Amino acid sequence: MAAPLCVEVEFGGGAELLFDGVKKQQVTFSGQEGPWDIQNLLVWIKKNLLKKQPELFIQGDSMRPGILVLINDSDWEQLGELDYQLWDQDSILFISTLHGG
Amino acid sequence: MPAPTCASCGSARAALRRPRSGQALCGSCFCAAFEAEVLHTVLAGRLLPPGAVVAVGASGGKDSTVLAHVLRALAPRLDISLHLVAVDEGISGYRDAALAAVRRQAALWELPLTVVSYADLFGGWTMDAVARSTAGSGRSRSCCTFCGVLRRRALEEGARLVGATHIVTGHNADDMAETVLMNFLRGDAGRLARAGGLGSAGEGGALPRCRPLHLASQKEVVLYAHFRRLHYFSEECVYAPEAFRGHARDLLKLLEAARPSAVLDLVHSAERLALAPAAKPPRPGACSRCGALASRELCQACALLDGLNRGRPLLAIGKGRRGLREEPPACAPPAAAPTPAPAPPPPTTCAQQNDLRSRSVTCAYQTSIGM
Repeated sequence: MAAPLCVEVEFGGGAELLFDGVKKQQVTFSGQEGPWDIQNLLVWIKKNLLKKQPELFIQGDSMRPGILVLINDSDWEQLGELDYQLWDQDSILFISTLHGG
Repeated sequence: MPAPTCASCGSARAALRRPRSGQALCGSCFCAAFEAEVLHTVLAGRLLPPGAVVAVGASGGKDSTVLAHVLRALAPRLDISLHLVAVDEGISGYRDAALAAVRRQAALWELPLTVVSYADLFGGWTMDAVARSTAGSGRSRSCCTFCGVLRRRALEEGARLVGATHIVTGHNADDMAETVLMNFLRGDAGRLARAGGLGSAGEGGALPRCRPLHLASQKEVVLYAHFRRLHYFSEECVYAPEAFRGHARDLLKLLEAARPSAVLDLVHSAERLALAPAAKPPRPGACSRCGALASRELCQACALLDGLNRGRPLLAIGKGRRGLREEPPACAPPAAAPTPAPAPPPPTTCAQQNDLRSRSVTCAYQTSIGM
């Protein structure tokens, strides 16, 4: 059995409102359900964390346009987007840009 | 796959790739590049001359937070002084929290802050009061039309109070591109004639306004705030309707996914737009009440406030836009002789160009670029 995978997910820029205002939380996946990539993480988030209006966060299989994803402080576009394989202790930050400023 | 190394400093891991150049940069070098580009925008457009006293429209939101932070960094180089001006529309449960964010920023950055309120400026008409007034009219979303016009006036008043020579707002490239789309979709020639402007030169005695972030993409504004660890307020206004801008925004996002440069290309197209002579709006005059720019007897702000004070909030809103003086009398006299039908009036070109002929409403939080 593979070692459990523990990552931190963080929500900002207003996205936290879809998660009851919770900005940061630790998420642990046990090895059997792996391998874990961002695609699977999104499915998991939609099922377990999203409290309301999933269409404001996820569109189809991917992110709603306008919500940025930073993995360990790097734009996910550089890291393979949905195909990026999660490592233990990774930090994934979702920032919404969709509001006035 | 691991991220590449920063192309600028060569040492740190790259955090992102700039959309236009494709250059991979670390967070720190990206922020430096962002600031350099804003500096270039201001210098190349001669937006803020040395000695300018600049009133920064500050809402506590992401754009004005980034704007204030960048201008503060550039102020010595530009030889300008900054003054934050925040507008309190009187929206309970929302604006208070946003203003708290602005106050924290003012304290942190040691910038003077002036707050102007609708209640003081407009005889007690807070947005909550306007919303109550328009609520029974069947067009409750039109409260946002008021806010857009009044906010602009309030910002002007606040800027004058602090002795400013220029006003800056945080509109980014996405905002501008959305506005261009909206103006095309609504056939608004008056705005299209101005949609390309980098800023308004200050017609009719109004203070010059500009948008130093108008070439910065929304994504990069948010990333700048992230890497500089800036705190901002990110909730939607409680009155924000399903405004027409939402459709333009959705369309823009689709376009951007297909062609990433579409956002900036739209902004540049608008800058280069020239209207056929017949389409150009007529020269505006002055409001008979306050002297601001207006193409009718009353400017938009005065017309809206008059409607509110008369208990008829929608007097200056809606198709046909029969203003106060143009209201038909109870019994219209029969026409003595046939007269040619007058041309439809052009949209008001008051300080804020909200197109009141349209049924759609521009959300207060998403003011159109107007002049």
